[in-house]
Amino acid sequence: MADDYILELDDVSKYFGTVIALRGVTLRLKRGEVHCLLGDNGAGKSTLIKTLAGVHAPSSGQYRVEGQPVYFRSPREALDRGIATVYQDLALVPLMSVARNFFAGREPRRKLFGVIPVIDMKYANDTAREKLAEMGIFVRDAGQAVGTMSGGERQCLAIARAIHFGAKVLILDEPTAALGVKQSCNVLKLIHKARERGISVIFITHNVHHAYPVADSFTLLNRGQSMGTFAKADISKEAVLDMMAGGTEIQNLVDELEGRAA
Amino acid sequence: MSAIHQSVSHMIQRQQADERVRKISPWRVLLDRPELGSIAGTVLVFAFFGFFAGDSGMFALDGIINWAKVAGYLGILAVGACLLMIAGEFDLSMGSMIGFAGVAVAIPPMYFGWPLWAAVLFAFAACMALGALNGYLVVRTRLPSFIVTLAFMFILRGLTLVLSTTFANSTIVSGVGDKFTEAPFVQALFSGTTLHGLFVFLAGHGIVDRFPNGQPVVDGIPKVLLWWAAIALVCGFTLARTRFGNWIYTVGGDANAAKNVGVPVRRVKISLFVLTAFCACLFGVLQVAEFGSAASDRGLQKEFEAIIAVVIGGTLLTGGFGSVIGACFGAVIFGVVQIGISYTNIDSDWYRVFLGGMLLIAVLFNHYIRSRASSGK
Repeated sequence: MADDYILELDDVSKYFGTVIALRGVTLRLKRGEVHCLLGDNGAGKSTLIKTLAGVHAPSSGQYRVEGQPVYFRSPREALDRGIATVYQDLALVPLMSVARNFFAGREPRRKLFGVIPVIDMKYANDTAREKLAEMGIFVRDAGQAVGTMSGGERQCLAIARAIHFGAKVLILDEPTAALGVKQSCNVLKLIHKARERGISVIFITHNVHHAYPVADSFTLLNRGQSMGTFAKADISKEAVLDMMAGGTEIQNLVDELEGRAA
Repeated sequence: MSAIHQSVSHMIQRQQADERVRKISPWRVLLDRPELGSIAGTVLVFAFFGFFAGDSGMFALDGIINWAKVAGYLGILAVGACLLMIAGEFDLSMGSMIGFAGVAVAIPPMYFGWPLWAAVLFAFAACMALGALNGYLVVRTRLPSFIVTLAFMFILRGLTLVLSTTFANSTIVSGVGDKFTEAPFVQALFSGTTLHGLFVFLAGHGIVDRFPNGQPVVDGIPKVLLWWAAIALVCGFTLARTRFGNWIYTVGGDANAAKNVGVPVRRVKISLFVLTAFCACLFGVLQVAEFGSAASDRGLQKEFEAIIAVVIGGTLLTGGFGSVIGACFGAVIFGVVQIGISYTNIDSDWYRVFLGGMLLIAVLFNHYIRSRASSGK
């Protein structure tokens, strides 16, 4: 039943002039699953997520959301369909408060003296604090600057924001790339929580150790092509590691080094 | 029973919540406000001139009106420049726009027989259109606003000179003052003072000093101060409380992030360039009303003075942080120093040295605040 898939890319290619960024990629995201997208630098991960996010239109092939073909002209349109992308820069402003960041661009409003529209700061502060607390992050007050938060907390803030604004699909671009072990764990927990709420997640990473515990399925990209999609039950962590560009290379390097040492 | 259980679990949760939260002193909270530096600076210059010029009449009512007027004129510019700077851009054409607005008001009634109100409307429309053009060029080309508005600084100053010499055969278009007396509505908006009756009343009760002829030494509150207050209130409120204000901070803090969360970055920037143009035009019109003439060198270097006032007010040159109140205090510092120095025995040539020094201290202070705010120490 095609309807089981919330997002589908069917034989999608994307060209930038003479460069083939994606060639015939097929990706299917089931409802409520965490789908991990693995690939080395230059594999086409960024182009793929930007296509999903509505930044790029596919050069050929079809993009379907909930079974219907879509042609997004801007990220805004994708967002309106519930497809939210959290990029590595997180779209947060460090000098602004948590609440102001949380609601940036979608400020809650009330009428002052019944006429002047102002930001409902009380609602913004309370909601931001509450939503972050649900994700296990406790902020002193929502008026503190985002610059005072750790990298992991910022990542969680960006994800919590996307969920609050009705994301059905979360696309996370290397959310654990710049984080320490403990903070990465928090973000992984958050991904798990999102899944429990029935949100589908596309999780891009280099790190199999981060991908394997939370993912339900894996798609491997290499030089713009999909090397296939695998359910977690069908594949071991070692096999995933091996499949990734780098897995065999690293093994070769290890062999070579050991051989030289011996 | 369950209520107790609930409250205990709530308490545990609260404790968990507070585990990583430390108390911060009210002093630190205050230090995080952008306008702190300028308030401290204001206190400092008041103390300084209170000491050196306390009995010179500088802080008598007429003295206050003197420096408040300087602060008011600059304050109008500073408020506009402040919002634009928070959004991450500059407008160096503000000073030239003042001169341009002056001739745009003066020439049509003097040489084309336009009614004054039409000329004033024309000046505002022309300036704001030029502001929009400034903004459009900046957001379209993505060139630094420094360069684009620098070009307009020269273009407008030159154009003002050309228009003035072409029509008036002089660098000053004079005689507009009479047109103001013939146009009571425009006059009521831009010239002279208000609340004259109140000051007569106060003088009658000996609260305000009187001239020998019985008139109070101060005629009333100059219109420029009312305009300043109105603009500062509207802009300050917009910045702090409204959705558009949040967009200004977001755009200046990180334009790319702003775009990604759906803030119309271009629209925000262009409207703020229109605002600075409006402020410059208002400055120009008020000056024409005050002096009865439009001089083509009017507003020279005002763009820099406005930027200095804004920076002293705690706004970051790189955008994303600042306040309108701070910019207003920056303008007050300017007015007090510029006028106050002539009340002291200090050679008034020191005025610029003093301002440059203030600017340097303010920038260093802001830099410190910002690195603290973004690192969370």
